[in-house]
Amino acid sequence: MARTQGKALDPRNLSAFVAGAIFGSGLLVSGMIDTRKVQGWLDFFGDWDPTLAFVLGGAVLPMILVWRIAERRGVSLLGTPIPARTPPRIDRALLTGSVLFGAGWGLAGLCPGPAMASFAIGGWGGALFFLAMVSGMVTAPTVAGWLSSRTTS
Amino acid sequence: MGRETGAAMIPTDWIWGAVGGLMIGGAAALYLLVNGRIMGASGILGGLADGTGRDTMVERLAFLFGTLAVPPLLVPLYQSVDTRITHNPLIIVIAGLLVGIGTRLANGCTSGHGVCGISRLAPRGIVSTLIYLAAGAVTVLLFRHGLGVI
Repeated sequence: MARTQGKALDPRNLSAFVAGAIFGSGLLVSGMIDTRKVQGWLDFFGDWDPTLAFVLGGAVLPMILVWRIAERRGVSLLGTPIPARTPPRIDRALLTGSVLFGAGWGLAGLCPGPAMASFAIGGWGGALFFLAMVSGMVTAPTVAGWLSSRTTS
Repeated sequence: MGRETGAAMIPTDWIWGAVGGLMIGGAAALYLLVNGRIMGASGILGGLADGTGRDTMVERLAFLFGTLAVPPLLVPLYQSVDTRITHNPLIIVIAGLLVGIGTRLANGCTSGHGVCGISRLAPRGIVSTLIYLAAGAVTVLLFRHGLGVI
């Protein structure tokens, strides 16, 4: 985690900017900033829209190969260790968080990536969602503490 | 939306979905192979929001700036770009809070657990993805077909 806070234009930050730019553009191109298409994917009992499966497939398939390369190298091109595998612990926070996230995702049709990519496109509704989401992220450690204190006491 | 290409009869939405998906995978590959980071939108933003990502703040801000500022530049290429988000501010705020809290508790979202986790065959990513998909489907069933509010 050391030595990562370089100048704004160092290679690490430029690479992060380019990755973010491609990520956001991919979300736009794929149609995933369209909340109705995302809700259509989740609408298994209505007019189901399978587009999201093509998006996920297009992203996951090349990444299978990329993970193999990355784990064999052990370090990134800029010398940062490739993140170790986290222990496969399926805990209460993972389950609770996934349920809450899925509920919010279904309600508005936005997850964090598209909420970021459409922040400047989505009018007042997109901006309001983004602000509410960031507020939730600020609150989350408190909620996590409350959850764990309930389980241990 | 929903047009079909002449020869193959594959809806163009699906083709653009796969193209956009490849771009998302390419971005994740770049962020992993060059920066050595897992590209998770909620983790990158959440670390800024709650201060846990202070050591990598500039890198996170650079990614965030790319994601926020570049897609609007592509909008003129389209006849229209509409996120079609609901006009109900109460639903927007509740949904945003749920997504913010939920992704931080679960330590990942569609990009981190979904794209990066599934492709690594990470048990937590696969379990989380199955659960948020199911929760999203149930939510749409209840609130669209039950209550009719979304």
